[in-house]
Amino acid sequence: MNIVCLLKQVPDTTEIKINFETGTLIRDGVKSIMNPDDRAGLEEALKIKDVNNAKVTVITMGPPQAEIMLKEAIAMGADEAILVSDGRFAGADTWATSSTLAGVLEKVDYDIIIAGRQAIDGDTAQVGPQTAEKLKIPHVTYVEKIEEVHDDYLIVHRQFEDSYHLVKVETPCLLTTLTEMNKPRYMSTYGIVDAYDHDIIKWNLDDIVVDPSNIGLAGSPTKVRKTFTKEASKKADLFEGSPKEAAHLIVDELHKRNLV
Amino acid sequence: MEFGLTKKQELFIELFEKFAQEEVKPIAAEVDEEEKFPEETVEKLQKYGFMGIPFPKEYGGAGATDLEYAICVETLSKYCATTGVIVSAHTSLCASPIYMFGTEEQKQKYLRPLIDGSKIGAFGLTEPNAGTDASGQQTFAVLDGNEYVLNGSKIFITNGGKADTYIIIAMTDKSKGTKGISAFIVEATTPGFSIGKKELKLGIRGSATTELIMKDCRVPKENLLGKEGEGFKIAMKTLDGGRIGIAAQALGIAQGAIDETITYVKERKQFGRPIAAFQNTQFQLADMQTKVDAARLLVYRAAWNKSQGLPYSKEAAMAKLFASETAMEVTTKAVQLFGGYGYTREYPVERMMRDAKITEIYEGTSEVQRMVVSAAMLK
Repeated sequence: MNIVCLLKQVPDTTEIKINFETGTLIRDGVKSIMNPDDRAGLEEALKIKDVNNAKVTVITMGPPQAEIMLKEAIAMGADEAILVSDGRFAGADTWATSSTLAGVLEKVDYDIIIAGRQAIDGDTAQVGPQTAEKLKIPHVTYVEKIEEVHDDYLIVHRQFEDSYHLVKVETPCLLTTLTEMNKPRYMSTYGIVDAYDHDIIKWNLDDIVVDPSNIGLAGSPTKVRKTFTKEASKKADLFEGSPKEAAHLIVDELHKRNLV
Repeated sequence: MEFGLTKKQELFIELFEKFAQEEVKPIAAEVDEEEKFPEETVEKLQKYGFMGIPFPKEYGGAGATDLEYAICVETLSKYCATTGVIVSAHTSLCASPIYMFGTEEQKQKYLRPLIDGSKIGAFGLTEPNAGTDASGQQTFAVLDGNEYVLNGSKIFITNGGKADTYIIIAMTDKSKGTKGISAFIVEATTPGFSIGKKELKLGIRGSATTELIMKDCRVPKENLLGKEGEGFKIAMKTLDGGRIGIAAQALGIAQGAIDETITYVKERKQFGRPIAAFQNTQFQLADMQTKVDAARLLVYRAAWNKSQGLPYSKEAAMAKLFASETAMEVTTKAVQLFGGYGYTREYPVERMMRDAKITEIYEGTSEVQRMVVSAAMLK
């Protein structure tokens, strides 16, 4: 069984600060990490590998610095890593990113593709599903548990607000995974040594199957006009009284606004 | 000259730091308070390959070097010195001599399980009357057919009672003095081998420190480590390496105390300002970190020398001497900067101060380190 994990290196937003004058993120000195939802996906892949005969390949599209994240993935137990890096991919939105990744996946064997639900820097949750659509394979988003793994299908839990859907999905397929679904394993000391004895496969635009008009900034339909920190548009309503009285006031107000 | 760490070493630090913060730090106070050997942590240390870092892959080791091993002990000890010494005694004092002096059969039988983490190791040299003067061994080993019969006792043995495999130093020919001492690999399950008194200690209270008793303990002849009469040399060589581990432990304790102090002095207010705003605090911190950085350079140099196959006996002694005395000084200053709170168990610095003291004593006291260093200078 071949499992491919799509990983993204992101700034550690727990450490990030915002420049309020320009509305942009201050990335200087901020550590880069493996996106948490992606790490959970990698852990799921490795759990499948623990009990099945599976090969886990990790793929990232990103700058050369993303190599360290792939080393980390190998140190956790991944078997192969591909760094897809090319200046021509720069400025990609989710459309261009998924086009590129689909172009990479055309050249890789897979039964299951696992991507994190969303990246903590962009929060779009679009790349996984878009990639599946471009590959014309089924996908399940918001997977909180992989219940069963079979040769030609999986049974997974798809998270809903107050419940979950039990979904049977045929392979090959793509899943997007949630941080809260597991506690990813650590790297191991021997894994780190393996990771540095192991070459990362490096691909550029010429190595993949993609329409060049669908990549990079030029291939991105999303145009960012302005980035700003949203200001609260309305002042908060203050309710006074005992907690019980205040609760009644809040419920009344919510009814009045047809919110409950 | 290159002082930077490689990307690979940075990844090791990331692993050690994450593991220590998530698995070691949260239970460090409990391990101390309840004098509890952290069995569950040790299982995780084994699982992630912390128990065989500097050994080659052919024996199941990580295939890393003594430098990564030292950084591991340092990082664990930043949060819990007990955990640091469990790894250090296991790796440096038991696995290492078998790796250096063992036969291929001994390596397959004893080193492999120590490295893959299914067994824990310990080392027995010290006796009631043979401490710094290790030559006064009163544990005797007498060859009887295909077995050596061991009689005697050892004290202050780290990982005692928790270990499965022990390196035991014993006298095989008293007339030859130190050249009549031999080393043996002894399994904990050997009839006649038992665990005596467990010590109640000032610091590293979660670490098991016990007496070992051997009464007509029959060890197969093939468990002799090295040749008969090489025991003293093996013990000294083992301690040379062990000192790197203890120096790293001391370094970790000291850095841990500084890290705690930095957080505290920014929060604690007196006279309307955080105490970090006072020059006394600032100068104390500067002195503390400068000494710890100097200690780190000595520790890393000794570890690097060993990993490169260069002489490291003097360097390891210097590293241990300076790092342990620095740990004692820095943790004492940390408690002082915390004031009354530092003296309470509400904060970890009092534990760090108690833990630091042993690093000046075990695996060769500071006085022994001065003997080793000066002997190398004057020879």
